Formats: sequence, structure tokens, C-alpha cells
Amino acid sequence: MTNVLHELPPFEAEPATIEKVSIVISRGSLEGVYPGLIMANGARMEGIEADLFFTFFGLDAIRKDRQGRIKVATVGNPGMHLPTLVGALPGFSAVATRMMQRQMEKLDIPPIPEFVELIADSGAGLYACRASVDMFGLTMDDFIPQVRDIISVGEFYGLAAGGQVIFT
Amino acid sequence: MTTIGIETSVDRDAEGFLTDPAQWNEQIAEEIARESGIPELTERHWLVVRFMRDRFLTTGSAPSIRALGKESGVPVKELYALFPKGPAKLAARIGGIPKPRGCI
Repeated sequence: MTNVLHELPPFEAEPATIEKVSIVISRGSLEGVYPGLIMANGARMEGIEADLFFTFFGLDAIRKDRQGRIKVATVGNPGMHLPTLVGALPGFSAVATRMMQRQMEKLDIPPIPEFVELIADSGAGLYACRASVDMFGLTMDDFIPQVRDIISVGEFYGLAAGGQVIFT
Repeated sequence: MTTIGIETSVDRDAEGFLTDPAQWNEQIAEEIARESGIPELTERHWLVVRFMRDRFLTTGSAPSIRALGKESGVPVKELYALFPKGPAKLAARIGGIPKPRGCI
């Protein structure tokens, strides 16, 4: 039997890293939802524990009827570098969304429904915010099956204990 | 246990990835796996490691976790069960290819 142990140069422990992140997604636009998803997926890819907490319009990302229809905000978004009135033209947001989705597909970034499922499959916990759920009059039936629970802010902090909290 | 064989030296970067994929062999893979917390590579592990390595050698870049889950034959849930500390990263390290650079 060949022992290759001694042939490998010494490799010490992994460099220090974050062990756990709890990411809040609070906005319901395409550019509001993706950063939190990318950070959660990126955490899991590094072996970092991750939980996602969806609040306010961020809930759209886990709503069965809405997660496939999330659009880029073309009004009130200086990043678009467009006159507000142009951004407000009917259908403009849909066109901008399609363009951005095409670009993301090229970079192998999944559409939101597929991305959320991938993140859930990677072992991250998905949670809905109790206050927002009550405010919008929603129940667990409104959410995709990967959502583990509807939890309060206090419970969220309990889950987040010992890790980093990221608000998006 | 006896030691036979060929003297090879392996160059690795600070994170333990081989800097030259050509220096890789299966024994090195098993050794890196053990060091990464995977005591034994099963057939399912090998499927993922070989897919990563082949994809890197043919296209010049490692697949995303999305592509890995869709095309390797091992679904995402199982990928994370096999490689709890990050499937793409660990399979790349075990497969002797550079760390995947993408964000996805």
C-alpha cells in the first residue's frame, strides 16, 4: 500500500472563517432579492451554516404565486440611469427584467424559484416573518413547501445566535 | 503498513488546492479527502470528483453548484450530504483542480 501522506506538503487547519450567517431579505424587487440569495448560496458553498428570513415584500421570494413574477424596480431606482418617466412606461419593468434574467442565465445564476429551491436543498433554513405574514394575511399554504416555519423576530434572533446577521 | 512506490511531490496553494492538476492521482485524492473530513470516498463521491475534474480539464473552469446538481447525476441535497463543507470546493480540492472562482 502506498502511503502518500508524507508526500503532501503540510496543510494546516482551514483558515478562520465565519461559521454561520442569518440573512434577512426585506425587499421584493429582483435586485432586492438576489443579493441575499447569492450570499446564502455562497455561504453554503463554503460550508457555512445559513438561514434566510423573509420579511415585508421579501416574502414574495417564497410565495408560490409571486416568486416567479419578481421584477426589477425601474422607478425610483437611480441605478437604472433612466429618467423616472421612462422607467414608468407600461411594460418597461418587464423588459428590463427579461434583459437582466437573460444576462444572469448566461452567468449560470438560476431564476428565483430555482435558486430558492437550490438553497433549501443545500441545507439552509427558509423562514417567513410572523409580523409580515399577519400583516399580509398569509398562511403557510401561501408559501413554497421548502419554508420551514413562520417565526417571530425573537425566534429569528434565537436561530441567529452565535452567527452573523446580514440585512438586505 | 509498508510504503512502496514512487516519490512524487505535490504543489498546493494556501487553501490546499493542487496548483498543477497533472500531479493528481487517486491516492492523493483519498489523502486530501481524509484531511478534509471525508474518511472514505464512496462511488458517489468519486462520481462528483470525476465530473468536476473532467469538466475543468475540458472547459478550463469548474462547474457551478447549479450545474453540478443538474449534470453530475448527484442531486444538490446529496451533494451536501457527501461534502458537508461545500461540494464544489471540496470536490475541486479532492479532484486536484483549482478552487472554483464563481460566486454561484
